[in-house]
Amino acid sequence: MSGARAGIRDQSALLAKLMIAPAILYVTAMIGFPFILAILYSLSDITTGDPTLRLVGLRNFRDILADSVFRLSLKNTFFFAIVSQVLVILLSRIIATALMKEFRGKWLARFLIMLPWTAPIALGTIGWLWMLDSIFSPFDWVFRWLGLLGTPGALLGPQTNLYWLGVPSLAMASVIIVHIWRILPLATVIQLAGLSSIPKDLLEAAEVDGATPWRRTLEITIPLTLPIVSIAFLFGLVFTFTDVTVVYVLTRGGPVHSTQVLSTWTFFKGIEGGDLAQGAAISLFLFPLLAGVAALMLRMARKSEVV
Amino acid sequence: MEGEFLVLLGPSGCGKTTLLRMIAGIEEPTSGDILIDERVVTGLPPRMRNIAMVFQSYALYPHMTVYKNIAFPLRTRGVDKTAIRKKVEWAAGMFGIERLLDRKPRELSGGERQRVALARAMVREPSVFLLDEPLSNLDAILRASAREELRQFQKRVGVTTIYVTHDQVEAMGLGDRIVVMSKGKIRQVGTPMEIYHWPADTFVATFVGSPPMNLMGEDDILTGFRPETFLPAELVTGADGVVTYPFEVTWTEYLGAERLVYGNVGEKSHARHVVSRLPGSVSLSIETGRTYPFAVSRNDLRFFDRKSGLRTDRGPA
Repeated sequence: MSGARAGIRDQSALLAKLMIAPAILYVTAMIGFPFILAILYSLSDITTGDPTLRLVGLRNFRDILADSVFRLSLKNTFFFAIVSQVLVILLSRIIATALMKEFRGKWLARFLIMLPWTAPIALGTIGWLWMLDSIFSPFDWVFRWLGLLGTPGALLGPQTNLYWLGVPSLAMASVIIVHIWRILPLATVIQLAGLSSIPKDLLEAAEVDGATPWRRTLEITIPLTLPIVSIAFLFGLVFTFTDVTVVYVLTRGGPVHSTQVLSTWTFFKGIEGGDLAQGAAISLFLFPLLAGVAALMLRMARKSEVV
Repeated sequence: MEGEFLVLLGPSGCGKTTLLRMIAGIEEPTSGDILIDERVVTGLPPRMRNIAMVFQSYALYPHMTVYKNIAFPLRTRGVDKTAIRKKVEWAAGMFGIERLLDRKPRELSGGERQRVALARAMVREPSVFLLDEPLSNLDAILRASAREELRQFQKRVGVTTIYVTHDQVEAMGLGDRIVVMSKGKIRQVGTPMEIYHWPADTFVATFVGSPPMNLMGEDDILTGFRPETFLPAELVTGADGVVTYPFEVTWTEYLGAERLVYGNVGEKSHARHVVSRLPGSVSLSIETGRTYPFAVSRNDLRFFDRKSGLRTDRGPA
């Protein structure tokens, strides 16, 4: 062993510390620090015009809770996230089931389904903004062409346009549709992974055991893919909860705050309105909720080993 | 035949599992009909065929307890709860797995899983019982005892059983009759005795038996004999006489209960490699490189047409 000395490569304890250091640094500087700052801001009366930190206790939280726009935003946030994700799970299951089969042009179908995922959210949403334009919307054009719109007694009304983003209920529907369009590819891929993780034998055994296709779905496929589907659901939930772009680009929260969500309200209050303190307080409202969702996600991930 | 234990035997890829899956209704035949109990079931889904199948992987439902696994085929038939309980307990009792009923499949050993799979298949008393290499995932010791159990159990319940395997020992040991398959075609159907002693063609002759039947070629006719019938000349007797060959030994293997002697027979140009299987009781010294007189009883000779491979009654001219 003469001349042989353990180099740094052999000191696994030291090496481990060195290797983990960038991750710890990143978590502290980019997540921990802004988080603590947000808590401090929410307890102060800081604004963009007066960036001195004076603590004022829980006044901001009392104020935002008293604000009807905030309460509406909170309700909308849940409504958008849950409705869009329930629909996403249903649709992605249908698409994934179809993609499990062999058919001509399957690669093209897969490619088209994945495409929205590759587009930047802002650009995709701007595309939707044009599609939902109050005058030039191609949807309205198609409806008029089908005779569903723009003539007296037509199913969707005698007016020439639906004004997608101008009517509260349609604006909400529009936001939900864009969220679905956005998350569907990811959910489909997750569902595909779930479906293909079920051994073929199991489904065949169920078939031989006399189960109808319906029973096979209810008693074999759904229970076995539940953990991974829950992950898809929770992922989508977090994506929609935290998304600013869709609402900001489509409606800016309008008409009259009817599509306002916590993330956009934070932005309008804190950045555009300059009230950093209240903006911070609003955004912190999401925190316990997202923390809960994240904890659930980690639990589901552990349970997702199928066999 | 009703109640018989039929084994589909063949090398991997010969179509035996496909045949089984077609009987089960998981795959559709491109032509021909499948009859169960004299009823054409072609095109019917598996649930309308009253068959039960045990998969190679056992295919137990991982999210259900053993009880629910066994109860599943009954629930799909709408059997009521108390009847299900009774039947599950009966099936579990038959395979000695009553104490496992509350466990999940992942908490079971390989042997226990196999029993659960058998119980699940048996519980609704099918008219045909299909088994796809159910012993291949067990270790060698367990496999031998499982084979014996399976056979006894099948005799007791008397359900027609079709069993797929590539293992000739399993096939010979289990089958009332064996169907030997190769490349999607049935080569021979017969009792283990017939298959072994009267192979229908050269494929069956060389696929069944280890080491396989010796085949020596002269002209259009191949002469075949089993290694255990090819013995030192002084040990061979036969009512119809014996055929003696000079056997040039090239290699011997001592296997405890027996000795395998490899070598060549006949003229150099016609030399054919053959194997002799000597029982352990024969203590005769045999050395490699030397030539000994070996013989086969005429009764043990089989002849095959070289072109078609089929067995013929006619010996070489």
